[in-house]
Parts: sequence; structure tokens; C-alpha cells
Amino acid sequence: MKFTWFNLMPWPYLPDDFREKNRSVWVDIDSQLYDPVRGHVVYNDYLDLLEYADTMGFDGVGINEHHQNGYGLMPSPNIMAAALTRRTSKAAVVVLGNSIALYNPPVRVAEEFAMLDVMSGGRLVAGFPVGTSMDTNFCYGQIPALTREKYAEAHEMIIRAWTEDKPFAFNGRYNKLRHVNIWPKSLQKPHPPIHIPGGGSVETYDFCIDNTYSYSYLSFSGYLRAKALLAGYWDQVVKRNAPDTSPYRAGFAQTVFVAETDAEAERLYSEHAFYFYNRCLHVFAGFADAPGYRTVKTIQSGALNQYGRPEYPKLTWKDLVDGGYIIAGSPETVRQRFEDLIKGLNVGNIFLLLHVGNMPKDLCMYSTKLFAEKVLPHLRNMWPEYADDNRFWCSPLEERALPAPLGPDFAPTTQPQMVPAK
Amino acid sequence: MITSKTVQTPKGVVEYLEGGSGPDLVFLHGAGGVTADSPFMAALAAKYHVRAPFLPGYGESEDNPDIRDMLDVTLHTFDVLDALGVHKPILVGHSLGGMVAAEMAAVAPNDIDRLCLIAAAGLWIDAYPVPDMFSLLPRELPEYLFHDVEAGTAMMTQNVSMSDPKFLIPFLVRNARQLGMAGKLLFPIPERGLKDRIHRIKAKTVLVWGDSDRMFPAPYAQAFKAGIKGSELVSVPEAGHMVIVEQTPAVMAAIGRLG
Repeated sequence: MKFTWFNLMPWPYLPDDFREKNRSVWVDIDSQLYDPVRGHVVYNDYLDLLEYADTMGFDGVGINEHHQNGYGLMPSPNIMAAALTRRTSKAAVVVLGNSIALYNPPVRVAEEFAMLDVMSGGRLVAGFPVGTSMDTNFCYGQIPALTREKYAEAHEMIIRAWTEDKPFAFNGRYNKLRHVNIWPKSLQKPHPPIHIPGGGSVETYDFCIDNTYSYSYLSFSGYLRAKALLAGYWDQVVKRNAPDTSPYRAGFAQTVFVAETDAEAERLYSEHAFYFYNRCLHVFAGFADAPGYRTVKTIQSGALNQYGRPEYPKLTWKDLVDGGYIIAGSPETVRQRFEDLIKGLNVGNIFLLLHVGNMPKDLCMYSTKLFAEKVLPHLRNMWPEYADDNRFWCSPLEERALPAPLGPDFAPTTQPQMVPAK
Repeated sequence: MITSKTVQTPKGVVEYLEGGSGPDLVFLHGAGGVTADSPFMAALAAKYHVRAPFLPGYGESEDNPDIRDMLDVTLHTFDVLDALGVHKPILVGHSLGGMVAAEMAAVAPNDIDRLCLIAAAGLWIDAYPVPDMFSLLPRELPEYLFHDVEAGTAMMTQNVSMSDPKFLIPFLVRNARQLGMAGKLLFPIPERGLKDRIHRIKAKTVLVWGDSDRMFPAPYAQAFKAGIKGSELVSVPEAGHMVIVEQTPAVMAAIGRLG
């Protein structure tokens, strides 16, 4: 199993009446609600938490890209990833990901990901989302019906930029570059592993299968509701005669809270769960799906679950737990639920939303520590038959350079400190 | 009697509506499309030999991923006229269709000599930003489309329950196809450079605008008038963006000025 400690980086100061006074947390959210002085502390806390996860033995630290979004303060995840390469030393840096249709030219993604891969000593796991309609169409102005074609072209350009040995000309429809020749190149060869966040598009299933990329379903509605969607993916894996059904071909994001007891979990965390589901997920329906963004094939397949989206404000803590939106409780409760999740969805990559909504740092560290010490060890070896499947995870250098210590001991030498080989 | 037919073009099969007799008139529909039972089609057919070709993705017109931008649509629509054997018709366009008609008249000014633009898209004025039509919920549409919002709502929602999945999936497919195509010209801002070409239009031009158009308000009518030499503006009272259905006789009278 690969467990990535994932942080959406939500703004924790949305007011109590946010739902009543604002139509959306995303796209046209009131910019007056953001305070950069508080934001300075928020970013610092969130980076601290990601770095703490590295020290606690999680396999990866995860970040993503959103724009004009009150629950995702990372328009540029690569900036956060760069910071993480310096103060984490073991965990994979999972950037899930860069919306490659939005970078102009997209060779920029090949360059920045290559930089991150080299800086981190080969710890990069790269993600290429098509991007939500909110980000891609309504914030970044991409024409919905052309988004997928532009994405496909960007993908081709990036992979070629990483893998071809000589400069080449790229004559695309959206990008024309006479000399593609990136410096630096990625450390991992032929390129870093790639995960594709998807939301039920049939085309994305095929894209992952054809390219041996991992399909990540990053829903907030929990593992019980994800079964139909991931079953659709696995059906397609079989139908397309993929060589195996390795669970590492898929990933899933799950909101999780751990406490000493189930009752303590409710007492400590319910306020933060409600903040997330009621305020952070308050997205105006008109931004959810620009016409033309989904293909006709996908709509006809009826796989889109957002049309049956529950009304979060009406959900109680018990509803959230029983409905599987969140996994919460004692280490034993959480362990059992995760076993169900992992077996039920057949997934090897888990993106843990251990920081949720307006959760303060110390509380998040408490939950994180319990998960790392009392849950994670029991789930480590759920897929022994696929223990050697390294196609979907990073392959770092055995010996990696570490930052020189600061302060009075600062003594740069020609010999960097190295992470010892295992 | 309006009938639906199809014709082959270099970019695929195109459905069109045809009816009436008299001078040739081609009507280019708006983003919502046009249907055979439209009272506006009936009014056109009472006086003209009308053809109303559908954009790719509308009705039985084939989707074509090779049609991506303004020039593609403009040239494709000329190909449709060729396939229909229509030469120098009276060219009438509403909203998105007006944008296409204006482009055709600007790109080939010697081939289009009579032009009627009704509540046309295609220009942008910073002081009067057009509503973000692609994020509007169905229930929000009537207030932007109609002068009489109540009557307009009734027209849009007849016999329709938005919550029935049997309705919802075909509706979403139709929307994805139609507005997906429309978005190639209208999203996120319905302006594709017409302002740099509009001066080339030589056609005798009538502009028709509803006084209560909240999609493209009155300053847009003035901008078209200023851009097209010798054009005439007919402002229609008690009509919104859907002036063609709210005040059909007034629109017919305006088209009549083209002779």
C-alpha cells in the first residue's frame, strides 16, 4: 500500500454564514474573505503538517492545483512542491497534479516537474488532471469542447520532451515549438510515474489503461459511493485486456479522522467535518459542468454521480460516518473501515485527507500520529501479491543530498549531507 | 409547411428546415437552436423560401471535431449554402447565428448583399459585460431571454420536469452537443475578432434589437450600427433577446426592409 498524506489547503476562516451570503466557494468567491496576513500563517502551518507527515512515515505528501477556490489555496502546486523538496527527505512528493491544458506552452510542466524530480532526488509522483470545469473553463477560460483535445496535445508534448534524446520540432494545433529541448530532464527514467485524477469519464479510464498510468478518484463523497465508479474502471481494465488488475492502477482519496474512541472522534472533529462539507463544498451548480466539457459518451454512460449529489448541510455526523463520506473513530474502527475500502475498491494508492476544513494544526497532528502509529502498520501489507509492482510509484536515488543545517552550524562544504541508503 | 431535410457537406451531414416560397432567405439559429414548429419559421415561410441549416451538433447535423473556431464555422456555412444551391440569399441570423452571418458578410463582402442581424453576438463592450450564459442555470435563463419573463418561462418549461432522469440525460446530451458547439464561438467571451473585420461588410444591413434585451443590451445594437456602414437599426419595444418569438411581426417587417 502507498499512503499519501494529502492537503487541499483550505481557507480556514470562511464565515459561519458563508453559505447564505455566497453562491460559491469557487470561481466567483468573494475575494474580501481572503486575508494575506492570516494566509501567511496558514501556508506555514500547512507546510509544517506536510513535513510532519514525512517524519511520521507516510509514503507520500500530496498537493494539488485549484484556482479561485476557497478550499484549495494552491493555484501553483509546484511552488509548494519545491518547498517540500527541501524540508522532507523520504516521502514521495505527489503533485496531483498540473492541469496540463492550462500551461502555455505545456512544455513548462515538463520543465517544472523535471526540476522537482531532480531537486527531490527522484521523489516526484506526477499527476495530469484534465481539471475541473470550474478551474479549466470558468477560471482559466478554456473552451469546454476543445479542452480534451488540448489536454491530449499537451500530454504528448510533455512525454516527448521528457523522453526524446534530441531536440525536436512540435507542430501541434495549439502549440507550435520549433525547438523542444528541456533542461533539466527528469531524474526518473523514462519519466516520473503518472497518476491521472478522474471523475468518471470513460475516456480517462482508457487513457490510463493505454499508458499504464494510475487512475485516481479524488471524490469527497467517500468509499461507499465510489464503488460504482471504480467498478466501471475495473470493468474497463478487464475489457481492454490490460495485463493485470494490480490495485496500484487505482487510487482513492478519503477523508479520515482518528481519535482514541469513536465518541472522542465525534467530539473533536465534527465541527471541522461540517465546515468542510457545508462551506468548502458549496459550489454553484452552474460552474460544475460547462456544456461540452464532458463528452457525450460519458454523459450517456450515466456514470456521473454529481447529479445525485447529496445536500451536505442536512448530513449529521452519523450520516457522514454511516454513509462512508468520512472514516472516523478509534484506530480499530478506522482500520476496519480502511480494509473494507481497500478491498472493496481494489486500490493500492490512498490519498488521506487527514487535514480537513478548518482543523487546527495540533489537532491534525494528533489524528495524523494516531493514524501513522496505530492504523497504518496494520494496512501496510494488504496486497502482498503486488508488492513488487513499482510502475506507479517513484524510484528515488538511494543516496540523496540534504540541505545544509542553518544557524551557527551552517558550514557549506563540497560534500553534501546525504540521506543514508536503506 | 416546414420540413426537416439533410444535405451532405464537406464537413458532414447537415440538417436543415425548409419551407415556403418566394425570395431565398437563409436563417441561422441562435445557441438554443430552432425547431420546425417555431412560429418564427412559419412567419418566414409565409413570405420567403426559407432554409434554416443547423450547426454541427444541433439536431441531426453531425458533430464535427474539425470545426473549432470562427473561420471554420464561417467557411462551413458557406459550404452549406453551396450544398443547398442557394446564391446570395437574404441572410438572417439571430444571436449566435447573427455572429456567424456577420462574419460571413465580413469575410466575403461580395457574396452577401442583404443581411439582417437580430440581437447578434460577436462584439464585446467592457462597460456592458455580457452575462456568463454558460454558467446560467436553466431557471435563470428566462430573465435574460425574455421581456415577459413569466410568459417566457412558461414557453421554456412546458411539459418538462427537470428532475426526471429520463428527461435529464437526453437534456444533458443535447446541451453538451449544442452548447458544446456554441461554446467554440461564445465561451468564455462571445467575441472572436469581428470588430477588426466588421468594416468590410458591404451588404444592405438591418439590425433588429429588442428594447429589453438583457443578454446583449442596447449598446451592442449601437456598436453594430457604428461598425456597419449604412446599416439601419430597428428597435423593438416589449421584446427581449428572444425578439423573434416575442414580437415576430415587428421582426418580419424589419426583414421586409431588405426588399
